[in-house]
Amino acid sequence: MSVAESAALGRTSGASWLLANIATVTGRNLRRLVRVPTLIAFATVQPILFVLLFTYAWGGAVRPPGVDTYIDYALPGIWVLSIAFGASQTGVAIADDLATGMIDRFRALPMARSAVLAGRTAADAVRNVFVLALMTAVGYAIGFRFHAGPAAAMAAVTLALGVGLAFSWTFALLGLLVRDPESAGIGGLLAVIPLIFTSSTFVPVVTFPGWLQAFATVNPITVAVDALRALCLGGSTATHVWRAVAWLIGLLAVTVPVAIWRYRGTTAS
Amino acid sequence: MTSPPAIETRGLVKRFGDVPALAGVDLDLPVGGVLGLLGPNGAGKTTVVRILTTLLRPDGGTARVMGLDVVRQAGAVRRLVGLSGQYAAVDGYLTGRENLRMIGRLAGLTRSAARVRAHQLLELFDLTAAGRRTARTYSGGMRRRLDVAASLVAAPAMVFLDEPTTGLDPRGRRNLWRLLGELTDRGTSVLLTTQYLEEADRLADTIVVLDQGRVIAAGTSAELKTRVGGDRLELLVPPGTDPRPVAAAMHGLGPAPPTVDLEAGRVLLPITDGPAVLAQVAARLAEHRLPVADLALRRPSLDDVFLTLTGQSIQADEPTGARR
Repeated sequence: MSVAESAALGRTSGASWLLANIATVTGRNLRRLVRVPTLIAFATVQPILFVLLFTYAWGGAVRPPGVDTYIDYALPGIWVLSIAFGASQTGVAIADDLATGMIDRFRALPMARSAVLAGRTAADAVRNVFVLALMTAVGYAIGFRFHAGPAAAMAAVTLALGVGLAFSWTFALLGLLVRDPESAGIGGLLAVIPLIFTSSTFVPVVTFPGWLQAFATVNPITVAVDALRALCLGGSTATHVWRAVAWLIGLLAVTVPVAIWRYRGTTAS
Repeated sequence: MTSPPAIETRGLVKRFGDVPALAGVDLDLPVGGVLGLLGPNGAGKTTVVRILTTLLRPDGGTARVMGLDVVRQAGAVRRLVGLSGQYAAVDGYLTGRENLRMIGRLAGLTRSAARVRAHQLLELFDLTAAGRRTARTYSGGMRRRLDVAASLVAAPAMVFLDEPTTGLDPRGRRNLWRLLGELTDRGTSVLLTTQYLEEADRLADTIVVLDQGRVIAAGTSAELKTRVGGDRLELLVPPGTDPRPVAAAMHGLGPAPPTVDLEAGRVLLPITDGPAVLAQVAARLAEHRLPVADLALRRPSLDDVFLTLTGQSIQADEPTGARR
């Protein structure tokens, strides 16, 4: 046995290599998700708090039209809020990997160039399945119900996961651009909070002043939440869902290639 | 046909904005050799490592590793090299074992090979007991060892170690030196950067001294030392004593007149025949009744080399911490 002992090398190219790399990086990030205290809190305490706080603190005052209980209206929005905050942690993590030299280590390996980011966002998707289930379970306990049947409910969860993927890639790109973990964290909050509160997440946008309504209706958070709400509550869904899917595809079509391109050229400095 | 050298760079240039980091660097390393890159902070050592490990693109010149161009054949280069960067890049929330297995898988090892290799390396680097703990519980030295182990997971033909012993205690440093010796015995080529003169002296076949992005000297440790001349006799006078009378008394004993460092109270006398001169020095000191606190015969160190070449001591720029 020696430090220079030859080791069995497999292939380092092709689709199976890419998938193996993504699986390895996903495994790394899932381990971190269950070990890093702040990440555990982001995936458990925070979503539960959001469901309970918004339902009980605002539910008495806000009575949107077309729903019997505020939680039926709010839960799809709270999904998006939690997913967005969770995704902002990906920006922090990528910036941290840059700052600590992990990305240099990965880039000096023969691994697929997209695997560090794809593995991170895939782990986010796994976390989001858990977070969505948790929030929905808590919501059910305090009165939330899917009103459009199991197929629409499944479609809602699938769409929410798609929203999460688009957010994760967006924040991964942000992390690569700002390069500093703390700035990435603050930048994430500064991006998420205004977008959430100028959308239909908590209140119908018709209650906003005119100038804000104009923005709120094109706000991608509104588009996503409206589609999710339609799938949960029933009624006309097709237009909402197609708009949301178009947004997601558009966002991913920009962020995925740009993030991978940035990753290839980024090194700790 | 001869096999290509492990490293061959010609006129390597890199700028960061207006700041030239490398201003035309030529390096050569035969397969199986150890190249020590020596220089103070900011000399360009890390930039060389980053270019050769495909992390940075050079702005000019060519660089080949094992005959492969680091820009055009970057993917092939990555399959042959291992990198231990300037900071210990390990995931603190993974155990030592998990870190090594992850790197093994990403370097192209099969699942079982990665497992076996992780086990071997933990043992070699004295981390077996710690292998089950997350790396964030490790001491700085343990993290560094894990980081170096990670660079060797795929048994690379060429290993780059950027200040590998920074932050290690003397025992950890000696252990790492022993492992690196074993590595090169097996034919692995190594480039290591260091600010520790003793380390370059001890490990490297060839030493290249970098200063402000230029090679200012290259050769074996012995060759570099001959450039500053032979041995010297160092005399220290007691604190508060004028060393000049001592220097005056030494005139004619060496091939060149002695130099005086007033502040340190030190007289340095270049000599050619140490033991013979020593007796004469003792006689003259007794004759003039000159007090001397310390008397030592010194071989030139790489620090002297650096001092001679650049006019400044490398020690003035010793590392202040693990991070830049």
